[in-house]
Amino acid sequence: MVTPVMQQSRKITSKDRAIGKYVMTETLVKLGVNTLFGITGGAIIPFYDAVFDYKGRIRNILMRHEQGAVHAAEGYARVTGKPGICISTSGPGACNLVTGIADAYMDSTPIIAISGQVPTFLIGNDAFQETDMIGVTMPITKHNFQIRHVDDIAETLTRAYKISTEGRPGPVYIDVPKDIQTKTASKNSARKFAYSLHPVPQPGRQQVLDAAELIMEAERPLIISGGGVIISNASHQVRQLAETVNCPIATTLMGKGAFPETHPLSLGVLGMHGEEHANYAVINSDLLIAVGCRFSDRITGDTKSFQEGKKIIHIDIDPAEIGKNVEAEVAITGDAKQCLVQLVKAVRNAGAKRHHKHSEWNRRIKDVKAIVESHHERDIKTEGLTQIFSIQTISRMIKPKDIVATGVGQHQMFAQLYMSRTLPRTWISSGGAGTMGFGFPAAIGAKVGRPSVEVIDIDGDGSFQMTSQELAVCKEENIKVIPVIMNNQYLGMVRQWLETFNNKRYSTVHFTDNPSFEKMAEAYRLPGITVTRKSELAEAFRTAYKSGETTVIDVMVEKEKNIWPMLPAGGSLKEIIGGNVIFKQTWQDILKSRSARGLK
Amino acid sequence: MRHTICILVNDAPGVMTRVAGLFARRGYNIDTITVGKTNSRGASKIIITAIGDDKTMEQVEKQVGKLIDVISVFELKPDDSVIRELCLAKISINGRKRKEDIIKYANVYKNKIVDITPKTITLEIMGEPQKIDTFLELMSPFGILDVSRTGVTGISRESPKKS
Repeated sequence: MVTPVMQQSRKITSKDRAIGKYVMTETLVKLGVNTLFGITGGAIIPFYDAVFDYKGRIRNILMRHEQGAVHAAEGYARVTGKPGICISTSGPGACNLVTGIADAYMDSTPIIAISGQVPTFLIGNDAFQETDMIGVTMPITKHNFQIRHVDDIAETLTRAYKISTEGRPGPVYIDVPKDIQTKTASKNSARKFAYSLHPVPQPGRQQVLDAAELIMEAERPLIISGGGVIISNASHQVRQLAETVNCPIATTLMGKGAFPETHPLSLGVLGMHGEEHANYAVINSDLLIAVGCRFSDRITGDTKSFQEGKKIIHIDIDPAEIGKNVEAEVAITGDAKQCLVQLVKAVRNAGAKRHHKHSEWNRRIKDVKAIVESHHERDIKTEGLTQIFSIQTISRMIKPKDIVATGVGQHQMFAQLYMSRTLPRTWISSGGAGTMGFGFPAAIGAKVGRPSVEVIDIDGDGSFQMTSQELAVCKEENIKVIPVIMNNQYLGMVRQWLETFNNKRYSTVHFTDNPSFEKMAEAYRLPGITVTRKSELAEAFRTAYKSGETTVIDVMVEKEKNIWPMLPAGGSLKEIIGGNVIFKQTWQDILKSRSARGLK
Repeated sequence: MRHTICILVNDAPGVMTRVAGLFARRGYNIDTITVGKTNSRGASKIIITAIGDDKTMEQVEKQVGKLIDVISVFELKPDDSVIRELCLAKISINGRKRKEDIIKYANVYKNKIVDITPKTITLEIMGEPQKIDTFLELMSPFGILDVSRTGVTGISRESPKKS
């Protein structure tokens, strides 16, 4: 039998360095990039040919689908703060990145997506695997580039890196035609672009003073800490603000982990499926201090009633977020950390400690929170094998530094409520876009970014099956994550909507014959465990946690459990249904009360 | 209310698409759009007129301002700026009397006659859009055969503000 001879990587010469593909790799290395998530293909072959010579310096994680690559890049970016890099070929490869690029755009995640493109002389000819990716990605990127000259490669990549991370981060897409990758750059000709990038806005002095004054006047202040606090590494500062003002603080889904959820002032997550006490606090507060949050419809419900009886201080790095969804009394534009440092100083100067304890307000919120939490405590004992039980159990078994990723759906909302997080960048979830299939590849990316901690992917059977092929990568690259599938054999969130708002007409939500995820794992030569009893879960998780390789845990949870509380879409926060303490009403109650008020 | 927005952009490929696309995507209606070079190298100017309330226009300006290739955005307020549009209008002539009338009106409005054929007369109308509207109304009984308008351009009376 003849053994095939495989070429070895070779030393890069100075002549090589002038070739487009090596300019790409060299520039990436200079920018500090050492990990790529990508899949090769016709139009990106030259680039990967160069990567072949970077053994030990650039690691390419060969994903099985480009969507897996882009979500892994997102997971990597979210835990490290550095841009995640994903690579694909032109046409279908690049199109498969689109979902993840849109996801990163909604959640302000810095990623750089680099795709091959057909050679420049074929562009516009409907060539094989040609797609106008500049057109396709324009609405879902912070910026995109098509490199049309080999001398522009270095500057374009450097700019992309800056654009993706500076100010409000976001995805940048780069199209690199195949011939550009193989051309030789002219000597010392790395072209600089003539223009500079936008400066990051600085917090205005007067706005900070005005905000401090509002805080001093407030009787029932509440801080909302959004994803911006995590992006700007401002957890310490937001905690200082909460403790200085001595007021409760809730986070958004994206902000989870920015403030320790074990802290007495923490209310956990607010919004559509948020904690009752958090939404109760929003309704009753007279001042919202919102940091790095964009008041999405999942937070506000109906914006008019959301703003009733309260003033808003809005701190955001993006001026376009100010006044977009809600009117701010005072707006501070700038990096969350800088803004908070100045605001804390201003509040201290104004003598917050002396005048304001908000003791009455804090007690009110604390009382509600205590009752809600006693229900949570009760649930872990009385519930059967449910998502609430499973997630609470796992929450108690993991370490604060461990990372939790999620898919999208009921399990995500259960995890937001029942998975306690105390550190920033330990919670990775698809917020704005709500991308099913995000959790598992994002967990892989997170593990690559933070190899020293355990990464748990709380997933659904629906979400997991959208990107489950990446199990192959876990095996091949020896990346250990723990996918825990909350398997209710339904597209559970939609089923819940159909049950609640659509008279139980369960149209296309039932998976009547799911695969065995244990066997699926085994097919990838990884261990899998099926959990069918409450008593088996802790042991299964312990085994997976201690194991050196990815272990899939398939938890056969009760099928038709709903995630409560819930804010009916577009309703006012007061119309939250299904709670235990404040929002005990049902959807029928809301309909009755709406029709009594002459509303539809 | 009609707003005139002046957008200074890098002379980069696709910049017009980026700006126009953003307007469409966010549901802002473009009334007219013009683009051209400026005195500074590498920069072009896009002038867009759009209808919308002040709040919407503020959002437009902020969102446009975020585009990487946009250098600055500001509104050209009617009182502080000069607004102009160019229009070519082809009017049908039917008999000597009507031809003279058209020429008379054109002169009153200081419009130029740029072409005359046995059956048509083509006028160059320059001024604020309202002036063009008014003149076209005046011409309509004669029979307007075709109209080409450039869309609005404008410049602030003082040196340009940075937004």
